Amino acid sequence: MNLRSFFLKANNAPEKSGMRFGRHIVCKGCGRQLSVARLRREYFVCPACGRYITVRARRRILLLTDRRSFVEHDRDLISRNILAFPHYDEKLETARANSRENEAVVCGTAAVDGHPVCIFAMDANFMMGSMGTVVGEKITRLFEYATERHLPVIGVTVSGGARMQEGMFSLLQMSKVSAAVKRHSDGGNLYIVLLTDPTTGGVDASFAMLGDITLAEPGARVGFAGPRVIEKSLNQALPKDFQRAEQVQRCGFIDAIVPRREQRECIAKLIGWHTE
Amino acid sequence: MADYDIVTAAHREGRLTASDYIAKLAPDFMELHGDRLCGDDAAVIGGIGTIGKIPVTLIALEKGKTTEERIRHNFGSAHPEGYRKALRLMQQAEKFRRPVVCLVDTAGAFCGVDAEEHGQGRAIADNLAKMSTLRTPILSVILGEGGSGGALALCHSDRIWMMEDAYLSVVSPESCANILWKDTARANEAAEALALTAPKLRRLQLIDRICKAGDPKALAADITAELTELRKMTFTELLETRYRKFRTAGY
Repeated sequence: MNLRSFFLKANNAPEKSGMRFGRHIVCKGCGRQLSVARLRREYFVCPACGRYITVRARRRILLLTDRRSFVEHDRDLISRNILAFPHYDEKLETARANSRENEAVVCGTAAVDGHPVCIFAMDANFMMGSMGTVVGEKITRLFEYATERHLPVIGVTVSGGARMQEGMFSLLQMSKVSAAVKRHSDGGNLYIVLLTDPTTGGVDASFAMLGDITLAEPGARVGFAGPRVIEKSLNQALPKDFQRAEQVQRCGFIDAIVPRREQRECIAKLIGWHTE
Repeated sequence: MADYDIVTAAHREGRLTASDYIAKLAPDFMELHGDRLCGDDAAVIGGIGTIGKIPVTLIALEKGKTTEERIRHNFGSAHPEGYRKALRLMQQAEKFRRPVVCLVDTAGAFCGVDAEEHGQGRAIADNLAKMSTLRTPILSVILGEGGSGGALALCHSDRIWMMEDAYLSVVSPESCANILWKDTARANEAAEALALTAPKLRRLQLIDRICKAGDPKALAADITAELTELRKMTFTELLETRYRKFRTAGY
């Protein structure tokens, strides 16, 4: 790691709902200091206040798949500043340092209860999980891989939406991934989505909403437009549970809300039902 | 003309709206209403008409002209019901092997409590997925504003054309400047950086043609010629080419 990214990392608190200090994480819900070891046992849910602590993409995959089964795909794909957008290069560098990832999504194959699956997990620490060309490309490649081999796909979403710095290239990733999901689906393959906090914008309006089975974490924000945008444009206060998973489920867009410690079992059960 | 001026001009009242183009492109146009689920969104106009000699399904985002009309059409910002109506009519077109022509002019999909609760995200996603395998040619023309996901939902097409004075963008320059620099006054800078004008997008090979603005006659001729070509393709070819078109975006 070079010196610059070291400082960038030191200056930016990486986790949104839990600040990390050495081997401890401070819960943003109740302010308690919790050891990483303890949290690992609790599936990164604060044992004191129940708040869901944001987890990195890699940990997500560990939480959902069989031990040591994950094999990563396309780790080396790195975003370029295609439009020469001001300060985008620096932003990417900071994001890489903060997240210790090359991009906002981690993709690969793994096993769930011994069943082979494709899995992708987005990472909120990388530019708020925003979708640029590399995110779109990696997920598309994963779906194409899964379609060819008749594998189910598990997708864990967290995203602020399309990445502005790549302009129309970002927006078109919505079309690109959606088309790949459709081909996967037309091939009779299973796609399970796990919506986590927050899943919004261009990701909500594409592959996050195209699952055969749509699961969500309790309290996750799921929606197309940002709540502040709506508040501002309509000049009205929003209902308290607006765009929260529970409310979105009442509206008919989520199959089940699954607590973190039950997610692996739930997904394994679903995969089992869809595998001969 | 600066890029931001194109954006503000595209937003201005008094421009030709989609219904002006429809009247010239397909004088025999008949509007068909409703999404068959729960509503009829006036921001989306759909129906059948003849362009050249080809019967087509026309779907348009309409802003309206007078204040009254503009309110009725919700300034061209569609609710999920609008996108679902569009999809219904596209599937009908598929059934009868009619080509689909989409005319896009919207600042974006509507942002509101009811739009969210009725599944704006799902409606757009569904259009993207289902249009990707729709077994009939689809041609989209950005007439003025091409605002983000709300415009994209009618642009999963075999050909994407733009008026010379239109824009197509992932985000409005104002929001972009606000999010990145906390300063909406820098929207002109953002507009420049976003590469949202027709010439820039053509250079990036993200659109297929730049059309002369305010000339529906020429547009009708171009559409007829293009649809005639597209109809010569087998469905397998058509869908594979469509898949490749988006597959290669950025890669």
